Amino acid sequence: MTALVLVEHDGGALKDATLPAVTAATKLGGDVHLLVAGEGVGAVAEAAAKIAGVAKVLVADGAPYVHQLPEAVAPLVVGLMGDFDAFVAPATSRGKNVAPRVAALLDVMQLSEILSVEGPDSFTRPIYAGNAIATVQSTDAKKVITVRGTAFEKAATEGGSAEIAAVAAGEEAATARFVSAEVSKSERPELTGAKIVVSGGRALQNGENFSSLIEPLADKLGAAVGASRAAVDAGYVPNDYQVGQTGKIVAPEVYIAIGISGAIQHLAGMKDSKVIVAINKDEDAPIFQVADVGLVGDLFKVVPELTEKL
Amino acid sequence: MKLLVPVKRVLDYNVKPRVKADGTGVDLANVKMSMNPFDEIAVEEAIRLKEKGAATEIVVVSVGPAKAQETLRTALAMGADRAILVQTDDEVEPLGVAKILKAIADEEQPGLVILGKQAIDDDSNQTGQMLAALTGWGQGTFASKVEIDGDTATVTREVDGGAETVALTLPAIVTTDLRLNEPRYASLPNIMKAKSKPLANKTPGDLGVDVTPRLKTLKVVEPSKRQAGVKVADVDELVGKLKTLGVVA
Ligand SMILES: Cc1cc2nc3c(=O)[nH]c(=O)nc-3n(C[C@H](O)[C@H](O)[C@H](O)COP(=O)(O)OP(=O)(O)OC[C@H]3O[C@@H](n4cnc5c(N)ncnc54)[C@H](O)[C@@H]3O)c2cc1C
Ligand SMILES: Nc1ncnc2c1ncn2[C@@H]1O[C@H](COP(=O)(O)O)[C@@H](O)[C@H]1O
Repeated sequence: MTALVLVEHDGGALKDATLPAVTAATKLGGDVHLLVAGEGVGAVAEAAAKIAGVAKVLVADGAPYVHQLPEAVAPLVVGLMGDFDAFVAPATSRGKNVAPRVAALLDVMQLSEILSVEGPDSFTRPIYAGNAIATVQSTDAKKVITVRGTAFEKAATEGGSAEIAAVAAGEEAATARFVSAEVSKSERPELTGAKIVVSGGRALQNGENFSSLIEPLADKLGAAVGASRAAVDAGYVPNDYQVGQTGKIVAPEVYIAIGISGAIQHLAGMKDSKVIVAINKDEDAPIFQVADVGLVGDLFKVVPELTEKL
Repeated sequence: MKLLVPVKRVLDYNVKPRVKADGTGVDLANVKMSMNPFDEIAVEEAIRLKEKGAATEIVVVSVGPAKAQETLRTALAMGADRAILVQTDDEVEPLGVAKILKAIADEEQPGLVILGKQAIDDDSNQTGQMLAALTGWGQGTFASKVEIDGDTATVTREVDGGAETVALTLPAIVTTDLRLNEPRYASLPNIMKAKSKPLANKTPGDLGVDVTPRLKTLKVVEPSKRQAGVKVADVDELVGKLKTLGVVA
């Protein structure tokens, strides 16, 4: 059994999201090879070769992959899969975009967002926004898997010395063309990897309150900032702040939910945090049912006081 | 241009799912079922494209039991023109659904297929991408904006680090994210009108598609429950707690 893991990167640097996927692939029991698809990705490949437990890094370096469009990357992966028994991708927006395309081309049913490897062909995965956990067994000869990053340890970024091998680049995607990207810039830690996350909800009322209340607290704690969908929908913060079933999945050491009611779709994204702290003026808010520490109070009073006293 | 919109009947998003005691799945007996929320957004987007003159006909399709007709009628009441039910009592996995949709796309020749990004029951997030693979078309997944201009769809996508815009040659696949639009409610007259709109019945067999599942569900359990913790009285006590937890020095 040899697994091919798709490396998550932004062209310049390898992204941490790769590391839990490597761990999950290791648990399949065979060799782990990595695939770096991009243009000018020598540095990414070097970093990938250092990851502990990796036997080989395949590099497809060329113009067709510069924006990692699935229309170009999926055929590349399918072309390589003759040598592999499993294709593993992180359950990031990129991984989710490309893996099912690979699966269908291989005529394989994908296992989405696995939480554990139970055996060579059985896995657990969340369904119904994490309100149920299914153990599923794949009967396909090849496995296509996406990995929930919070469910696996990160593989070590040092200690490996994998061989790096170039693979021939394929065709440009004929059906899709990259137009532009709007990358949100932030000095704060990345939401999915942060040790502490401070999230705000609809109760913040507007973007100004969000930045004058949530952000100083996050800065004081060195935390990433997240939000409920309601806060994103109302335009207080950009969409990539959303935590939940259909947003980002986080499991930090500490998750601080401020003015968030705790709808199941929100809980789906954060209930595996080690410690959950909730501030809400409604003592019956469902968020308190999962919070380790709850403070019933008006956030407009409590949050500035908390920021000051920390 | 014709638009094809697949809609799935799922447990209503307001209902708390209950795992069956025998561990075989989630209890769907006597609970409210609705259209998958992302598919409502897909139907709404299709209607808006038609209202703008970018599309001429909206065909909705559902794969599922006879009851999925209700979901199709809801889409017709919102403004879709015609419906196809691919009826089966078996659970069809995303790969099977994608194959059925490919067969329907071959028959209907749509210019654009708009799906939800994920069904909130299986949370697979696969079908649209799989259909794109089977048709060989471009895919604009997790869309927050869709514009049609001639034979190109320009799609803005919600991605981890912000947003990305791609241009797809039609025909193409789009999957919807939550912020694409806010779906309308069907008015009473439109609900009445929808009753006489055409609804065709097919089976996976009619379309020559084998939907034998590839995954076997061995068991379904509830996730480990979190215990509610303590409530603190004020900020000082909260700061104290955060200190004992080692969050702050
Ligand atoms: C298909 C689908 C997918 C979804 N996906 C997600 C998702 O990924 N993530 C997500 O978050 N949501 C998601 N949702 C939405 C979800 O159902 C809830 O609507 C949303 O999480 C509510 O956000 P909220 O808690 O900020 O707002 P509300 O539910 O309105 O809660 C606001 C809370 O703030 C409290 N409050 C008000 N004023 C104050 C004050 N002054 N001080 C302190 N507390 C105050 C209130 O008591 C209340 O509890 C999804 C919904 C659907 C249908
Ligand atoms: N049984 C089905 N009938 C019609 N459409 C479906 C069905 N299953 C999935 N879809 C479509 O595919 C999307 C993604 O579903 P999934 O890949 O299961 O998360 C849904 O939002 C629907 O648009």
